[in-house]
Amino acid sequence: MLSFILRRLAVAVPTLLVLVIISFALMFAAPGGPFSGERPPPQAVLDNINARYGLDQPYWKQMVDYIWNIVRYFDFGPSFQYRDRSVTDVIMQGFPVTLTYGFWSFVVAIVVGVSLGVMAAVKQNTWLDYLAVGITIGAQVLPNFVLGPILLLTFTLWLGWLPGGGWNGGQWQYMVMPIIALSTSYMASIARITRSSMLEVLNAGFIRTAKAKGLPMRRIIFRHALKPALLPVLSYMGPAFVGMITGSVVVDVFFSTGGIGQFFVNSAFNRDYSVIMGITILVGALTILFSLLVDLLYAWIDPKIRY
Amino acid sequence: MTLRTHLMAGTATALIALAGMAQADGHATHPDTGVALASEQVFTYRVGDDFPSYDPQLVEDVEGASVARDLFEGLMNDDAEGNLVPGVATGFEVSDDGLVYTFTLRENAMWSNGDTVTASDFVYGIQRAANPETASEYAWFLEVAGILNAGAVTAGEMPLEELGVRAIDDFTLELTIDAPRPYFPQTATFPTMFPAHQASIEANGADAMQPGKIVSNGAYVLSEYTPQERLTRVRNEMYWDNENTILEEVTALIIIDENAALTRYLAGELDQTDIPAGQFPRLSDEYPEQAYSFPDSCSYYYLFNHVSGPEALQDVRVRQALSLAVDRDIIVNNVLAGGQRAAYTFTHWAIPGWEIPDIDIADMSQEERNDQAAALLAEAGYGSDNPLEIELIYNTSDSHQAIAIAISQMWKQTLGVETTLANQEWATFLDTRGEQNYDLARAGWCADYAEPSTYLDLLTSGSSYNDGKYNNPEVDALMAEAKTSDDPMPLYQQIEQIASEEAAIIPIYHYANVLMMSDTLENWPLENLLQNWYSKDLYISAAE
Repeated sequence: MLSFILRRLAVAVPTLLVLVIISFALMFAAPGGPFSGERPPPQAVLDNINARYGLDQPYWKQMVDYIWNIVRYFDFGPSFQYRDRSVTDVIMQGFPVTLTYGFWSFVVAIVVGVSLGVMAAVKQNTWLDYLAVGITIGAQVLPNFVLGPILLLTFTLWLGWLPGGGWNGGQWQYMVMPIIALSTSYMASIARITRSSMLEVLNAGFIRTAKAKGLPMRRIIFRHALKPALLPVLSYMGPAFVGMITGSVVVDVFFSTGGIGQFFVNSAFNRDYSVIMGITILVGALTILFSLLVDLLYAWIDPKIRY
Repeated sequence: MTLRTHLMAGTATALIALAGMAQADGHATHPDTGVALASEQVFTYRVGDDFPSYDPQLVEDVEGASVARDLFEGLMNDDAEGNLVPGVATGFEVSDDGLVYTFTLRENAMWSNGDTVTASDFVYGIQRAANPETASEYAWFLEVAGILNAGAVTAGEMPLEELGVRAIDDFTLELTIDAPRPYFPQTATFPTMFPAHQASIEANGADAMQPGKIVSNGAYVLSEYTPQERLTRVRNEMYWDNENTILEEVTALIIIDENAALTRYLAGELDQTDIPAGQFPRLSDEYPEQAYSFPDSCSYYYLFNHVSGPEALQDVRVRQALSLAVDRDIIVNNVLAGGQRAAYTFTHWAIPGWEIPDIDIADMSQEERNDQAAALLAEAGYGSDNPLEIELIYNTSDSHQAIAIAISQMWKQTLGVETTLANQEWATFLDTRGEQNYDLARAGWCADYAEPSTYLDLLTSGSSYNDGKYNNPEVDALMAEAKTSDDPMPLYQQIEQIASEEAAIIPIYHYANVLMMSDTLENWPLENLLQNWYSKDLYISAAE
């Protein structure tokens, strides 16, 4: 097991390196640059700026310097767009926000999604099933850029219960709408996956055996059926969790949370090279980490899997 | 009003303010207007994106400049109409040749840490903007202002000491410019020219502008800045005119989505926000006291590619036809519907002292324009058997798209022109346009200062912002003449005439600011065309 983990971590390094190289190439291939604006400053001014940020160096040199600075000093460079901030500042400010509401969205999506899925499967073809399926279909077809305005109109303008946006250090009132907006569609997917895999498991031989032994239904579901039924959910959870904690642009933009998703998209539009790279590496590293975690969870849930 | 009378008025205001404060608490009235003041003097407004910087020497956008004008104070300020009023300087003198400006500084201006603001703080600030090590994108502004040797210093060809700025003593500052420039004093209100506190900047380096570390000399100090969320400033007790400042706290909320911002405004979370395109008629019906539309000095136009565009666009008759066939009234009344004005000339109509010349196209009815357009295009050899095909590029945005669709339809219906619409993301768009890889391109230009040359410079062949590469020696000559003329307005009018006859560009509309503002927010400078606003001049009236 330990050697498996070490091997996976060893592979992560070249993977990230390839990610960096490809992202660098794509970034430089895109037209424009961080300092091209509608009113381009005189050449002398541009030269000063380029010299300051090392943009006057050949591409390969910029990339090598970039990687070296990370390896040697864990320095991701200054932001080109926000003149007084470094990439580390940007990430340290935005990531905790996204991590917080992303984590709670994940918890909500799992708890509600799995419960709905299990309920629908156990009570298949009853009104409870139809209700659960109806809710999940509704939640799935409602994209968060539609859900956002609906929540805002309802809870802020009409009912006046919740503040319409901002973060305010993470007070719960400010988190409710972002969490609902972010978790809804994930919740729907989890519910549907749970329902179908639960149905499959409930028809399996060992469940019939359990029923034949006269075990109560509750015990059969929670003790025997749930664990195998969750395997497909688990493989969905890894990328979903990364997607949630690295943020949703729509949620960040609509609720002004100041999360990392918004920085990621803005940095691409602004050609803020160092911020693009910093967040790309962060997302890449998290993706690798969580797919490893999911694989480990697999082994824990399914004793047939051994590394 | 001269500067001197302004100062006297200021003193009087201070006395009245003191008297006002002596009244029962909670029911203070405004010293000038006598309006009852709200007990909570807090102003919250929306900005559409985070501040790249509010450091005066680095700031490059309008919103950042507004913050810089609250936190710092330059030699001169704008009043509500855009006239110059004293800031840190009490006044200035100009040498006979118009090249040397001597500013006298008030002796009671203080930094937020208690240090006195001296002439050398201005020297440091202006040198800091020009210093190649600062690498400020706005170093070019010093060249626009005409500060002597600004270009060479920024290029690193001359030492900082050669810059045309000098402290004669603690309270006398001398600025030398390269040629007489009547608009020079106006540039003193621009943040690039603000003072800077050398000791704190050198001690704190990159963190010098962070709350708790920033040392500033404006009416407000920075109390909180959470990137992508909010920026809050509170009044500066050390400010020399603090007793006349009424607003206690000003917060900018960064809200990217303008519809979300509008909802939050309606829920009472904001005192001011932008009205999304097309919603002004409805909102001004529902909230007549809160929906505002007033001129914003920017012009919206389409550029012709005069050098590498298709052959057809080099024919003045084709350009004329395309310009004539644009029904501007439909664009401003139906597509935008926010008080914008149809444009047939480039310079924004509201620029002070500017009179739009009589040009033919402006006086015709749209039917006449369409008839003439069709005739011109036929004359140029295009018709149903040989339709004109062009491509129009614009940067990705709903409103640019709506306008482009409307105009391409007008061209199609009136002239049978086949237009391909192509939207590009901003940075790509700027590249394409700057390299003249287009037929027609959307453009917008905002005034740097309130004078027609801020627009018309773009029509000269030497301008680096002339993305259509329009080139007419006559326009160049007139523009050069205008720079030194005592009365440049007729020359500017002549340039607009030529640009219209040659259809150098297609002017489409002149912008308007379309805002929702709380009816208790008072004194917003609606008549300041460049919208240089100062929180110290605003106040919140008690709700009726």
